[in-house]
Amino acid sequence: MKISFPHMGYSYIALKWLVNHLGHECIVPPEPSKKTLDLGVRYSPEFACIPFKILTGTYLEVAEKGAEIILTSGGMGPCRAGYYWVMHQYLLDEIGKKVKVIAFEPPLCDLRDFWRKLHRLRVSGGLSVKAFIQVIKVAWEKIKAIDDMEMQSHSIRPYEEKRGDTTRALWEALQFVDEANSEKEVDEARQEGLRVLQEVRRDESRDPVKIGIIGEIYVVLEPAANHYLQIMLGEMGVYTDRSIYLSSYTRKNTIVNLEGDIFQVARPYLNEAPIGGHGVNSIGETILYARHGFDGVVQLAPFACIPEIVAKSIIPAVSRDFNIPVLTLFIDEQTGKAGVQTRLEAFVDLLEKRRELKRQRERWAI
Amino acid sequence: MSKIGIPRTLAYFIYFPLWKTFFEELGHEVVLSPATSKAILDRGVKEAVNDACIPIKLYHGHAAALAGKADYIFCPRLVSVRSHGDFGTETFCPKFLGLPDMLRLAMDDLPEIIDIRVDLKQGKDELWQLSQKIGKSLGNSGEEVKRAFNRARKRQRQYNSLLCQEMLPLEALRIIEKKIPVPRKEKSNNNYDLQVAVVGYPYLLYDAYINAGLLAILEKEKVKVYTQDMISDRKMNRQAKTLPKSTFWYFSNRVIYGALHFMQRPEIEGVIHLTAFACGPDSMVDRLLEIESRRRGNRPYLSIAVDEHTGEAGVRTRIEAFVDMLRYRRERK
Repeated sequence: MKISFPHMGYSYIALKWLVNHLGHECIVPPEPSKKTLDLGVRYSPEFACIPFKILTGTYLEVAEKGAEIILTSGGMGPCRAGYYWVMHQYLLDEIGKKVKVIAFEPPLCDLRDFWRKLHRLRVSGGLSVKAFIQVIKVAWEKIKAIDDMEMQSHSIRPYEEKRGDTTRALWEALQFVDEANSEKEVDEARQEGLRVLQEVRRDESRDPVKIGIIGEIYVVLEPAANHYLQIMLGEMGVYTDRSIYLSSYTRKNTIVNLEGDIFQVARPYLNEAPIGGHGVNSIGETILYARHGFDGVVQLAPFACIPEIVAKSIIPAVSRDFNIPVLTLFIDEQTGKAGVQTRLEAFVDLLEKRRELKRQRERWAI
Repeated sequence: MSKIGIPRTLAYFIYFPLWKTFFEELGHEVVLSPATSKAILDRGVKEAVNDACIPIKLYHGHAAALAGKADYIFCPRLVSVRSHGDFGTETFCPKFLGLPDMLRLAMDDLPEIIDIRVDLKQGKDELWQLSQKIGKSLGNSGEEVKRAFNRARKRQRQYNSLLCQEMLPLEALRIIEKKIPVPRKEKSNNNYDLQVAVVGYPYLLYDAYINAGLLAILEKEKVKVYTQDMISDRKMNRQAKTLPKSTFWYFSNRVIYGALHFMQRPEIEGVIHLTAFACGPDSMVDRLLEIESRRRGNRPYLSIAVDEHTGEAGVRTRIEAFVDMLRYRRERK
């Protein structure tokens, strides 16, 4: 079967390998472009959020390339994302594309359905259970390796001597992961990739401001949806930390990790959790970033995203109480790169000025 | 003896008899915000976060109108009222879930907010327990709460049965409050010439200001209006099985099931869906209904979006065109 999936950051490298090694043919989704968005906007409901529109566009593009099945995630609400696959199936049927959208609902909600779908995927690919598990394991290792490299790149980029060096090194490193075929090879690729990134020439004398990036998962993870915001900030000389990575749930070393804690942190401001998507997380993460001495926070959200609107209405109070500036960017199909860049530059200027004043005050106090 | 302020919007149209009877039986006074007006809307637009949808902005406006007139604002955190949906996780829209906090942080001069968490999927006596909690916080004894609770539920059942007799909420509220006899049904049905289903969230459908008098316009056009609140839950839930997956939101599910139910009834000639600008759940609901209304018997379907700037002329024009089209369609048949 020809299988495709949504494009989300660099994860396609791992997913492509996964689908191919499950015994299916993979139609690699193209990086969302102007064309993707145009297609998506044309066929999606007007007020659907931007991830929905980008996915519609992506699905139409892969359908054009011959995909028969699209694998995606389901959900239990109350965020709209859990209902995406139903709507996408309706839309694809309406347009007359013969594509089936298969969604994996959270296994905790419907374990049998989850197994059935996995089983079908395995049997149609002709794999033994053991080989199937092995393939999934390697793909997961790949996702982790990719995230490791991306994290590393964001901490190196603000120091790079020649603009663009880190991004080039990152692509080189990702290439290693792309070529790895076993757990051992993935691990070697990770070491090799991290080494390549370490070799980027850096100016350690710089003192970058630190910005935390929070918000809705898709626009945070997909650089093409947020106009390469994190790279843009890095090249402005800003150290960024992102709250969400695909592999974050298994990590302990990142600033923001375990969900339960986040809800607890946000409780004084929003006495209800979860409210869908990453709404509560956005509030909690703002507090965490403030506590960890970050200079500012950028909230990314699609236009009309329900949970993030709730978060946005509460964040001004958090920002006031914890004395941390927050810039909220609502992204839709009209958002232009120049607009994002201008606002980011102004925000970074503000943060630098603030930090300078703060340090001055501290010096006087001494 | 306190004054409990209740904003005349959102869940008011569905649960007001319950709330009012409960608080009045406890010996408190219920203060309602005035009907929606330009002043209330403007105030709401000013106070609420700018990306919010119009119903949330309206709620802020209504709450602001109660400042200084009440000791408390009753703004329950509506999480769920039943265990429903594919995984039993149906809730209200996320904005309802965060509403008390949004309200508290948006305005400083509000009276204290009663933000009791209503999550009835937890169990059968959840409603009883949270009534106890409210009663206690207002200084009432358990015995008083019990009496008020029972009377309030009885009144609410009465109200629901009136709605099921194809009565609109505002009329039903009037009958319940003034205790006037229910008008005979046969008489009132005669002077209609078309039957149309109008679905949408109660706070849009029954608020004549925000929907620019949609129901009155239809009435004038001699159209008999059916809304999703006129069907019993049992009939409605039957529709759940005809969908690949139910949505996650209580009001949205009601709208979808209601619309699908009306699409089965041959005497109903068209479906109108009323939605709010940039409403998150409705972006899905609207397209779903549009597709389903074509698949299920090719029923004419009209979607009307309202926002801060909706004018009566715009709504009227579209309704008139739609009704004309329905009549023309019938003649051709």
